[in-house]
Amino acid sequence: MSDEKALSGEKVMNNKIDSYKRRFLAQSAVITGAAALGGGLVLTRVVQARPASQAVSSKNRWGLLIDTRKCANDCDACVQACEMEHGWGRGSSDEQRSSPAQKAQWIRKVTLRDRTTGHETSLPMMCQHCAHPPCVDVCPTGASMKRDDGIVLVDKHRCIGCRYCMMACPYKARSFIHEDLHGQKTASPRGKGTVESCNLCVHRVDQGKIPACAEACPEKAILFGDLKDADSEIARRLASEPSTEIRGDLRLDLGVRYQNI
Amino acid sequence: MVKRYGFPLLLALLLAAGTPALAAAPLPDIPKAIKGEQCVEDTGFMRRNHMALLEHQRDDTVQRGIRTRQHSLKHCFTCHVVQDDHSQPVTAADPRHFCRVCHDYAAVQVDCWQCHVSIPEPSATSLRGGQP
Repeated sequence: MSDEKALSGEKVMNNKIDSYKRRFLAQSAVITGAAALGGGLVLTRVVQARPASQAVSSKNRWGLLIDTRKCANDCDACVQACEMEHGWGRGSSDEQRSSPAQKAQWIRKVTLRDRTTGHETSLPMMCQHCAHPPCVDVCPTGASMKRDDGIVLVDKHRCIGCRYCMMACPYKARSFIHEDLHGQKTASPRGKGTVESCNLCVHRVDQGKIPACAEACPEKAILFGDLKDADSEIARRLASEPSTEIRGDLRLDLGVRYQNI
Repeated sequence: MVKRYGFPLLLALLLAAGTPALAAAPLPDIPKAIKGEQCVEDTGFMRRNHMALLEHQRDDTVQRGIRTRQHSLKHCFTCHVVQDDHSQPVTAADPRHFCRVCHDYAAVQVDCWQCHVSIPEPSATSLRGGQP
């Protein structure tokens, strides 16, 4: 007997069904539910490889999980990959007159030292892709924005370079371009007078690829994935292993989480 | 007499003086696309509306992640490339650049090139190599 028939039968003879039959129906409903869920999960994977004409949706939320134990102190492969991908730092010959503090910095290596024990922890620090981003709250033009899939970025067509977002960001993730640029990458337009930051390699994510830093890490310490897809590796690990938000007290609901800090 | 016809006369004189100058302004010599017979839309439509298409596409791409080729700036340069004497594509810094030819004529300055690359994307292999 199919589940559908059993359910319609239940409606007609509701009063006559004994407890045994009730249990049977409850079990079959659970099985049907599981089958539907299975189909839904398959569909989610198809949605990830989104066609170019389809807009991003809030069904996904992209994020990173960074295991600091795998992150070597003297390694900056992720920083270098970002520089080459987006054409800043060593990936560019521009910004010659800016001081190191003024130059673009989308991602940086940070070393934490325990004053008591002397133990050092190394980690990459970039835009944390908050669900409630202060940079978006303060932007007067709507240039600082969050896409439906949780990626926080600057729409440079609207940015007037006021740098309010730089002051609002608790993670010092944003930088301002002070000079004319010439050697930009096609996929990552950047220009004088605008603010910029890690955009989670939005052009790669839109093509179904992972960010350059996650791809370059030799220890696979950076895991990229969909936080809303319960079947993704990142969601499974976040559910089963401890992880931390930096400055979690601000309750910004970060898209980037760290382990072992 | 002068009071009555003075202004129209002056106007006619000015027009007569101005017309030869207008006629003498050379029309832009628009560089031909290096490949393809047909643009993404009719040529006349593109001449009048390319800016609207590009602006619509830019918002769709940045804000909604829509990356279709049809009206993308990047896609323009797959065909509309002007090459220099060494067969290298010229950037918008060069007056021979496809966009510059008309924009210089119309005295309309665009600031796309402060951020965007104005030549075709180098092949994926040369990008991977990591330029200094």
